[in-house]
Amino acid sequence: MADTKKPIIAIEHVDKWFDDFHVLKDVNLSVAEGERIVIAGPSGSGKSTLIRCINRLEAHDKGRIAVDGIELTEDLKRIDEVRREVGMVFQQFNLFPHMTVLENCTLAPIWVRKQPKEEAEATAMRFLERVRIPEQASKYPGQLSGGQQQRVAIARALCMNPKIMLFDEPTSALDPEMIKEVLDVMVGLAHDGMTMICVTHEMGFAREVADRVVFMDQGEIVEEAPPTEFFTAPKSERTKAFLAQILRG
Amino acid sequence: MTVNAAVKWLKRNLFSSWWNGALTLLVLYIVWSAIPPFLDWAIVHAVWSGEGREACLGPGKGACWPFIFANLDQFAYGRYPAELRWRVDLAFLLGLAGLVPMLIPRVPAKLWNLGYLVVAWPMIAIVLIAGDRPGLVGVDTDLWGGLLVTLIVAITGIVASFPLGILLALGRRSEMPVIRTLSIVFIEFWRGVPLVTVLFMASVMLPLFLPQGVHLDNLLRCLVGVALFSSAYMAEVVRGGLQAVPRGQYEAARALGLSYWQTMGLIVLPQALRSVIPGIVNTFIGLFKDTTLVLIVGLFDFLGQVRIQLSDMHWSTPQGAATGYVFAALVYWVFCFGMSRYSVFMEKRLNAGQIR
Repeated sequence: MADTKKPIIAIEHVDKWFDDFHVLKDVNLSVAEGERIVIAGPSGSGKSTLIRCINRLEAHDKGRIAVDGIELTEDLKRIDEVRREVGMVFQQFNLFPHMTVLENCTLAPIWVRKQPKEEAEATAMRFLERVRIPEQASKYPGQLSGGQQQRVAIARALCMNPKIMLFDEPTSALDPEMIKEVLDVMVGLAHDGMTMICVTHEMGFAREVADRVVFMDQGEIVEEAPPTEFFTAPKSERTKAFLAQILRG
Repeated sequence: MTVNAAVKWLKRNLFSSWWNGALTLLVLYIVWSAIPPFLDWAIVHAVWSGEGREACLGPGKGACWPFIFANLDQFAYGRYPAELRWRVDLAFLLGLAGLVPMLIPRVPAKLWNLGYLVVAWPMIAIVLIAGDRPGLVGVDTDLWGGLLVTLIVAITGIVASFPLGILLALGRRSEMPVIRTLSIVFIEFWRGVPLVTVLFMASVMLPLFLPQGVHLDNLLRCLVGVALFSSAYMAEVVRGGLQAVPRGQYEAARALGLSYWQTMGLIVLPQALRSVIPGIVNTFIGLFKDTTLVLIVGLFDFLGQVRIQLSDMHWSTPQGAATGYVFAALVYWVFCFGMSRYSVFMEKRLNAGQIR
C-alpha cells in the first residue's frame, strides 16, 4: 500500500495526572500501520496508563491522541468507534466468568458489530483454533488454566477484527510454564502483520518481533529504538540501568 | 454394634465435654418445656369442629380451629363481594400460570414470560379485581382486604422495587454528578424515614397537597409509598453486588466496544445480582412482612382481617386470639419460607454451572 507510513496511532504532547501525580509527561509516539511496538520500563513508569489512553480506558488531560484518524475526545460515539477497532488484552485476562469461552468470544461481535449468531460463532471457532484451544469452547473461564484463559482473551479481542491490538503485560500474571504458549500466539499474530503495542517485560519477545522498543521511566519516553540498537547500544543511563537489572546474568 | 455406634455418635456430637453436655441438657429442657405444651394446645386439646363460640368454650380446651375454617373467605378476600370473588381467583390463577414456569429454569422463553408477569398480568389483574371497565361491576378498594391486599402490596413492592432499585444503584455509582446526587438523596431520604411515617404521609398528608378535585385512592397511595421505600433498600443491596464485580470486567467490556447499558446489562449486573441473591430475597421477605403496617392507615391486609374477625362476637372465645395469630404467623411463614427455599435453590443452580 502507498500510505503504509501514515501513522495509525498518533500521540502528541500528552500529559496526564492522577490527582497530584504526573503519570504521563509530554509523551509523543507515532505508530505506523503494521508496526510492532514493545513498551518497557520499571513499574509505575506510566506504560500501562499510556496504552490505556489509546482506547480511552483512561482519559488524557493534555495533548492529542488520534487512532485511525479519529481523535479521542469526550465524544462517546467516537470513543466507541475507536474501541471497535482496538483490541485489548489485560494482565488479569478479565474474561467474563458467567459466560462460556465461546460466548465470551461472540458477545461483542453480536452486540456491537450486529453479526448474526452463526457467523459470530464460526469466526470465534476460527480464532479459538488459531490460539489452539477450540476444544475448550463450551467451558467456563474458571475451568481453564491461566495460559488458556489469556489465549481465550486474545481470541476474544481478535473476534472483533481489530486493526490494532494492545497488550497490557499479558504474561505477568502467568505461571512461568504458561508464558510460552501465550507468547507463541502473540508472535504468530505479529508475523501476520497485526499492528501491536505490547507492554511487557519479555525482552526475548521484544528482540524477536518488535520493530521498535520504547523505554519509559517516570512518565516520560526516555528512549525509542529498534531492538538490536536498544539492547546493544542504549543511549541513556536510565535505559542502561534498567537493562542491567532485567537482563541480569 | 448399632447401639455402640449410636452411643459413640452421642458422645462425639452432644457430650464431647462437660460444657457441651450441659448445653445439650439445657437445650433438651427448653425444647421439652415448649414443644409438648404447644402441641397439646394446637392439636391434642384443640377444638376441630363446631359452630360458633360455644364449641370452643369450656375449661381445658385448646386452639379454636373452627374459627379459622369459618372465616377463611374473609381472610382471603376481606369484604370483597362474595359473588365477584371468582374474579380475584381468576387473577390469582393467571398470575400463578405466569409465575410457575418463570420459577422453573428449564422452561424456555423467559423474556416473554417475564414480560407477561411484569407488564401484561398486572394490568389484567387490576382490571379483573377493580372491575372499572364497562361490563364489569366495579369493586371499591375499601372493600378489598385480607390476603388479597397483602399480596397486592407485596407484589407491587417487589415488582416495582427491583428495576427501580437497580436503576438507583447504577445512578449512585454513575460518573454524572447530577444523577449520582439525585440517587443518593432519593435513597438516603427513603431509608431515613420509617415505613409507618411513609404510609401516614401517603394517606394523610399527600391529599392535602393535591389540587382540588384530584382524588388518589388510599390503597394506590400506599402502594406508591411502599414501592419507593423498598426500592431504596433494594438499591443498596444491588450496589453491594456492583461493588463486588472487579473493575476489570467493566474495562474488558468497554474495551470491546460495548456501550454503558450493554456493559451493565450483559456483564456487570448478571454477576452483581447473582452475588446478592440472599440480600435481594432478604429484602423481599422483609417487604412481605412489612405489608402488615398498612393496617395503621385503614387498609385491612391479611393480619388486619384476622384481627377484625377476632372482634366478631359470634367467635369471641378465650383461645380465639391465640388461634388467629398462630394461624396468621403460619401463613406468613409459608410464604417467606417458600421465598427463602427458592433462593437457596437458585444459588445452588447458579453456582453449579461455573467455578470462579
